[in-house]
Amino acid sequence: MTSTPIKHTVNLTVNGKSYSAEVPTYRTLVDMLRYDLGLTGTKETCSVGVCGACTIMLDGKMSSSCITLAVRADGADIQTIEGVADGDKLHPVQEAFIANGGFQCGACTPGQIMAAKSLLEEIPHPTEAQIKEWMMGNLCRCTGYYQIIDSIKAAAEAK
Amino acid sequence: MQDFEFHAPTTLEEAASLLNKHGDDAKIMAGGTSLTTLLRQSLISPEHIISLHRVAGNNAIAHADGVLRVGALATQRDMETSAVVKQHAPLLAEAYRRVATVRIRNFATVGGGIAHADPAMDPPSALLILGANVKVVSSGGERTIPLSDVYTDYYETTLEPDEIVAELQVPTQPADQKWVYIKYLPRTEDDYATVSVAAMGKLDGGKISDVRVGLGAVGPTAIRATVVEDKLRGVECSLDALRAASQEVAAIVDPTTDPRGSAEYKRDMSVVFTRRALEQVLGVTG
Repeated sequence: MTSTPIKHTVNLTVNGKSYSAEVPTYRTLVDMLRYDLGLTGTKETCSVGVCGACTIMLDGKMSSSCITLAVRADGADIQTIEGVADGDKLHPVQEAFIANGGFQCGACTPGQIMAAKSLLEEIPHPTEAQIKEWMMGNLCRCTGYYQIIDSIKAAAEAK
Repeated sequence: MQDFEFHAPTTLEEAASLLNKHGDDAKIMAGGTSLTTLLRQSLISPEHIISLHRVAGNNAIAHADGVLRVGALATQRDMETSAVVKQHAPLLAEAYRRVATVRIRNFATVGGGIAHADPAMDPPSALLILGANVKVVSSGGERTIPLSDVYTDYYETTLEPDEIVAELQVPTQPADQKWVYIKYLPRTEDDYATVSVAAMGKLDGGKISDVRVGLGAVGPTAIRATVVEDKLRGVECSLDALRAASQEVAAIVDPTTDPRGSAEYKRDMSVVFTRRALEQVLGVTG
């Protein structure tokens, strides 16, 4: 390893706002969001793209920010959990997770909300089977999943 | 993770030229879903990463003259959802649908999956029994090779260090054959298979006129079980015949013990799931 890491300037639009940072080529997108931009809503848990805690939208597609290099996201349009609510007004998916007990400890919740929102944007009224197939990429160690499924059904009905 | 030079060429030609220049010190990154994981675990430490995310196009999925042509940068989610793939190679649409999760399939590419050569992935067994070919490009030109000549070992291929997967070519799946892709998952739905089997087949007057079987996750590469196919082709279809032929896979699989099962268990399950796949495509039940 060289003593001074090779760095690139990465420009991102995150939740409609422009950001720029000079980061080492090995910086993951989740680390850039959290440590370079201070957007700590996105969590990192498994670090290998399996658990879904770090789920964000990258150019409109649900993505694992822990296995995405920040340099690869240069110029991208990104949405994170911080951009889901409209000021103090929570998004219907967030309201539904609160009303239906869709979270306990909260570590997986930003990823769950991003994935659920993405599902409802693609399939506004999913069946339970479609919810399970889509959400199997987001692990939760607290809820037993049924409240998450209930939350997503409620959010679909609320829309 | 070590640092590396990061390149973002805008054409495949430019990418091939960079790869030619840096050779073994460079890795191509397409969707990055596997490569970034290997980087993060320090299993690889290339000095150069050549990312294809700025290469425009090369992701079309089209069918003409009996061949499905897929640009290597098509995503695995594209393969799952494409009406063209569902129509002309439904087995393939199903195999890609079973890969990991939507979030991974959104970025994992067809070409990246082929080059990565992980024998536990879902598509290879289906691609092998469909007779897929792979077009690769380099700064010296291009060549097309059968997928069966690509895989040599765990994560090892016959691709030269300066070659990039450019296109997947798959003959139309015969419409008159039943097909199945069975992914045996004793743990979680998004896991790699313990054993996976892709199969196609048809009967003609009670006799097996065509049958094809491929297996994944049972050795250093995905395999086509021609020994099973040869034993069944032209034979009167019966449960006993399928049972006897399925036993043949025990001798051609070479699994390893891992958290998804012991080698012995996977060998046994290779036989069991081959038989079940054959029962489904040939319409026999035990």
